[in-house]
Amino acid sequence: MIRLLKILEFALSSLGRRKFKNFSIIVVYSLTITALASVLLLTSSLKKTALNVLVDGPNIVVQRLAGGRHDLIPTDYARIIEKIPGVGRVKPRIWGYYYDSLYHANYTILGIDRGSEQFAMVEGKTPAGDEQCMVGQGVAEAQHAEPGMDLLLINSKGIGYSCEISGTFKAKSALWTNDLIVFTTGALKRFFTMPDGLATDITVEVFNAGEVALVAQKIKRLLPDTRPITIDEILHTYESIFNWRSGMMLTIFTSSLLAFSILAWDKATGISREEKREIGILKAIGWDTGDVLTLKLCEGAVISVTAFLIGISLAYIHVFLLNAPLLVPVLKGWSVLFPRFHPVPYIDGYQIIILGFLTIVPYMASTVLPSWKAAITDPENAMRGV
Amino acid sequence: MILHPGILALLLGALVSLVLVFFAALVGVKIMLHWDPSSSSAEQLRLERTTYLISTIVGLVLCFSIFSGLLFLYTIDDIHSLFIGAMCATGTLNANPIGWNVLLIKGIIFFLASLWVIFNAIDQSCEDTPLVRKKYAVLPILTLLLAADLVLQFRFFTGLHPERITSCCGSLFATGSGTVAGELAGLPPATTMIVFYAAAFIWLCTVLLCLGNRSGRLRLLLFLESLLLLPLSLVAVISFISLYVYQMPSHHCPFDMIQKNYSFIGYPLYIGLFVGILFGLVPGIGRVLRRTTSLKREIEKRERKWLLSAFVFFSLFLVLSSWHILFGKFQLFSH
Repeated sequence: MIRLLKILEFALSSLGRRKFKNFSIIVVYSLTITALASVLLLTSSLKKTALNVLVDGPNIVVQRLAGGRHDLIPTDYARIIEKIPGVGRVKPRIWGYYYDSLYHANYTILGIDRGSEQFAMVEGKTPAGDEQCMVGQGVAEAQHAEPGMDLLLINSKGIGYSCEISGTFKAKSALWTNDLIVFTTGALKRFFTMPDGLATDITVEVFNAGEVALVAQKIKRLLPDTRPITIDEILHTYESIFNWRSGMMLTIFTSSLLAFSILAWDKATGISREEKREIGILKAIGWDTGDVLTLKLCEGAVISVTAFLIGISLAYIHVFLLNAPLLVPVLKGWSVLFPRFHPVPYIDGYQIIILGFLTIVPYMASTVLPSWKAAITDPENAMRGV
Repeated sequence: MILHPGILALLLGALVSLVLVFFAALVGVKIMLHWDPSSSSAEQLRLERTTYLISTIVGLVLCFSIFSGLLFLYTIDDIHSLFIGAMCATGTLNANPIGWNVLLIKGIIFFLASLWVIFNAIDQSCEDTPLVRKKYAVLPILTLLLAADLVLQFRFFTGLHPERITSCCGSLFATGSGTVAGELAGLPPATTMIVFYAAAFIWLCTVLLCLGNRSGRLRLLLFLESLLLLPLSLVAVISFISLYVYQMPSHHCPFDMIQKNYSFIGYPLYIGLFVGILFGLVPGIGRVLRRTTSLKREIEKRERKWLLSAFVFFSLFLVLSSWHILFGKFQLFSH
């Protein structure tokens, strides 16, 4: 153990003697780790945030299908679903998307029953009448609007539609409300010119979480033209999507890892005359090949650990302090109005081991052969500078 | 499924390990064919230098395989939430049963690579390096195992389909389920407990006897006992240790204990078991291999450390598994 510590000490001073060469390797190594770590940290933080929100969502969402496509659902279906034992509140929802050609942005518009919904994190008031609406931060910024001003949209008949903004969602809830506009149900129906007795979908509350799958089966049996989507299915899908997205990004960055491994190989192979002489002297004073090899591996380990710590710290700063400006457009979604959000800082041992596997393993593998080649240098030749 | 970050890391690690060991095995074959310790030719000198490279490579691969084993366990536990019906790593393994083979192969690789590294260190400290041919003959086997590990892991992860309903530990380890695991879980806890603790006691006594006695037979006995104690300990984990850890009379899963809910107690528990058994095997193998005086000297020099390590690590396993039985609130038997 003492021997290893002494070799480690020598490795540190030896690295210090070749500052420039090692500095350049550490810079490239750290940047590679930063890129990979940023992907991992951002996706796991996004996944955690999204799953935390979705857990509070409705137990089942029932959609109607026509020709395999999502269609409007008769509100009468709610009454049939209500009769299933174990089912709590059943609520037809009206919502949709709106493309604002003026600002080139997509909004999500949701209808609420007057006074029935209470939103947390709102500045101002919820819509009190059909002529009022509430908007998310992104919409307010895009339209340069604030509570008390009018929001101007074009309805489904191509006629201008104006309503007073009664309140805005606070920035904290931006991940969910950034592109949202909330109308009263009646106003939204008129806006979309939706026929009476139809809704976009129906949400179902199930008292016992263990019965959700069974209730979904019953709905499917009673109403064969519907598609009940359970909360578990949504959670699975989100988890898969985030894993897939981060995996895709990691795979792309793996090619940079290959390039980095080649660089590490090249740097480790091209040992300078000075270095050769140093090895020659070490061997002449009694170090054997095994000791020199341990020295070289220690040098590699010191470089890896330093680059790893720098890389993870940079990734932490990039993701959690600067809000991941380089990655957000790829990982967050396809909306035009990207919410400005602050990822919740979260790092665990699992991510660190994954990162270690993805970066340290290729580095050590690509430097083992050059290190050995350096270690077997003949002392006589080395000192003569051959 | 393949694009999960943990899975990518595992496959990359397995691929790198395979490439390294394949290279080492190729060089090893060359050494086996041309090795001549009595010669002082340039060729022999070159071969001797190459042995350092191979030692380093296998050392690195062992390091990777230990981390890869832990990462595999954590990953299959982490992705269980993607499978309907899965509640822990067992659910993921049942979603594609090839995973059980991956686990087995990883265990074999751990033991083989560790033994290789241990005996390589001994061989390198002998001037006449008497084990050269034997140890390089093992490398092709290690290569095959690592290839199997990579292929099986790939098949396991590509064969995982999140929409498939899987059965979890509750049904696999349910008594009377008709499966081997079910049979193991169904073993009467009292009898299994007596057999396990008796075997562990005998094993620990043998280790202590070996510490005070140089008998070769004792070491071979310890080797055989270790071979038996490993499966017996795993059976004990399924049969009764798990019941006490989870404090539930019907929960037999050996994987739930690696979860956060149980303070990750599974990791030190299994590390204690596997490392303890590994060091229990080494003195017996050393006894068979020590043919030359140099080997005999080196093995005897290290034997005490091995036996003490075996004792300490297996005791760690025993303490962690018995803690809940002795001090937990859960009682399986009425007084």
